[in-house]
Order: sequence, then C-alpha cells, then structure tokens
Amino acid sequence: MTEAAALSPETVMRQMKQNGVTDIVWLPDSETNWLYLLMKADPDLRLVGVTREGHACSIAAGLYAGGKKPMMLIQNTGMMESGDSIRGWLMGLKVPIVLMVGYRGYTRHGVNTDTAATYTERFLMAFGIPFYLVENDGDSDRISIAFKEAEKIQGPIVVLVGDEYHGFNR
Amino acid sequence: MMYTAEMLKVFAQHRGDAIVISGRGGKHWMEISDTVMDLPLGDPAMGGHSGFGLGLALAQPDKRVVLFDSEGDILMSMGQLPTIAEQAPANFYHFILDNEVYATTGGQPVPNSKNVDYAMIAKGAGYPRAFNFSELDEFSKALPDILAKPGPVFVSLKVWPEVENTPIGQRVRWRKKGADKVVSDLRSALGTT
Repeated sequence: MTEAAALSPETVMRQMKQNGVTDIVWLPDSETNWLYLLMKADPDLRLVGVTREGHACSIAAGLYAGGKKPMMLIQNTGMMESGDSIRGWLMGLKVPIVLMVGYRGYTRHGVNTDTAATYTERFLMAFGIPFYLVENDGDSDRISIAFKEAEKIQGPIVVLVGDEYHGFNR
Repeated sequence: MMYTAEMLKVFAQHRGDAIVISGRGGKHWMEISDTVMDLPLGDPAMGGHSGFGLGLALAQPDKRVVLFDSEGDILMSMGQLPTIAEQAPANFYHFILDNEVYATTGGQPVPNSKNVDYAMIAKGAGYPRAFNFSELDEFSKALPDILAKPGPVFVSLKVWPEVENTPIGQRVRWRKKGADKVVSDLRSALGTT
C-alpha cells in the first residue's frame, strides 16, 4: 500500500482557486510559510493579515457583505480564542466561509500531549460547526466539499489541517 | 462633549452616497436614515465593527464606507488598527464615539477613560490622518475636509454617555431586522448575490 503524499501548499492553493477565493484573512501558524509565499505571489489573491484570530471573523464578514469570497487561515488555538466572533460575525451574519485551521497537537497515532488538540473537536461540536480533517493531498477534495457545504448551510465550515502542510507533527 | 444625535445630524448633511455602518450610533442614525445602505448591525460581537468596516471597504473600493465605532470596541480590538492601516482603504472613514463609559451596561468607566488619546493611537498604528474632537462646532467645520480627502482616516468624537440601566430583557428593541438580513439586503442592492 502506498502512502498518500503529504499535504502540499500547491494543493491548498489549487483548492482556493478552484473555489473562487478572493481574499485570505489570516494569522500565521507554525508551518504556513510555504503557503504564504505562494499566496503572496498570486496577484489575484488579497492577503489580509490580522493580529488576533477573532479579528479575522468580522473582516471576513465585511468582505462577504461587499461581494467577495474570503477564506480564513488560522490555528486551532486562535480559533478557540475567537469563539464569540465566530458566533456573532460568521454564524450570526450567516457568512458562508471555509476556515482552514491548523490542528496543533494532532497526532494520528499515539497519545495526544497538547491540550490545543484535546479541545479542538469538542469546541467545534459545541458550536455545531461541521468540520473535515485533511492530512494529505489525497484528502484535498474535502476542501471543495467544505466550500459547497458552507454555501448550503450559509455558515462557517472548518477544515482541520492535521498535517500543517508538510508533516510537521509526524 | 457633543450629543450623538446632534453630531449625526451634522454628518448626515455630508453623507453623500456613503454606506453607513451606524454601530454605536445606530439608534439615532435610524431616525435620520433607514435605507439598504444603512447598516444597523447591532452588536454581533464587541470589538468587531472596525474589521467589518475594513472588509466592506476593501470589497467595495468605489463606495465610501463610514463607520461609527466606539472607544470600548477599539480598546477591545486595538490590534485591528494596524491591519486597517496596512490595507489602507482610501474609501474608509472610521469615526469613534468616545463616551468614556460602557453605556449599555450601566455606565462603568472604560479603563483610563479620561486619559486615552485615540487619535494618537490610530496615528501610531499607521493611519495617515487622525483627529480628536470634543466640540460639535469644531467638528462641523472640519468634517467637509475630512470627507473630501482619501482615507483611511480616524476621527475620535467625545460624546455624552447615554447610560442604560434597564435590564436587557426589558429594553425596547430599536432594530427592525436582524444583522443577517441587513447584510443580505445590502448584497442584493450591490448586485453581488
């Protein structure tokens, strides 16, 4: 059995383009630099850097209100810190949006030792936010599924990036 | 100090075709203008109005976007200011109503309420223009020039607090529609849906 390739930034970019993303509202997590360099080089993509993840929610809501298709790129730690903004600005305003969330602490095998991972899925379940796990390029079609579902429910969908783009946690 | 309702009447004379996010001035602004280009969002989550204004201004660069934010919101999300300054939307006009208190919770003072210079903070974050006004006359004279020049601009206005002590469950709801409907109506009007 062959193992699927690790999740590459090129694959994530391809998914963004396929789904018509216009703006990335983001705060870097531990291993997003390769993706950042790709995004920065794309003249059709606007990057809006924030200083705290919750800020990304209202910015994304404003972009959506004005007709753009934003996507958020943050880490699970920041997602949990953003709870009220997710509730008020994304769920409350019915913003169909995909949040790609770095799954810090996630281990497919073995014992989790990072509480960031412990509470991530519990947080999403408490908020009733559907989520998909993406670990490698073979999972990348789940990103497109997330976009479709966001439109369907008119709300946020989370894609948990278990690989942090190149196997950081393995 | 100025009264929010009087200040908004002055602003209304110069509003033009701007989209107005009425924020903390929403109740008074609704009596002045209540069109699809007026966005009474209420308070989706405190501290977020400036981000919403930024996003809308970036998405609609050909329309002026005016926001009436508050000092409490700014204190909660001061980190939004460098993001706005970096993106530098020329169509974004960021006003804050500084009443020095948390008015909707009974009027408790915000931290260091008498001594914070919000225009200086905005300038420090990178806004090219920022002003403080405490008197309506001064503001009225300066407003045409403020709106005639490109943004982003930050304008802090000292206003009298309108303190609410009625239990939240007993307060009269002034908004006519939910924030999600405000947004969907705007998108329809802009032809983006």
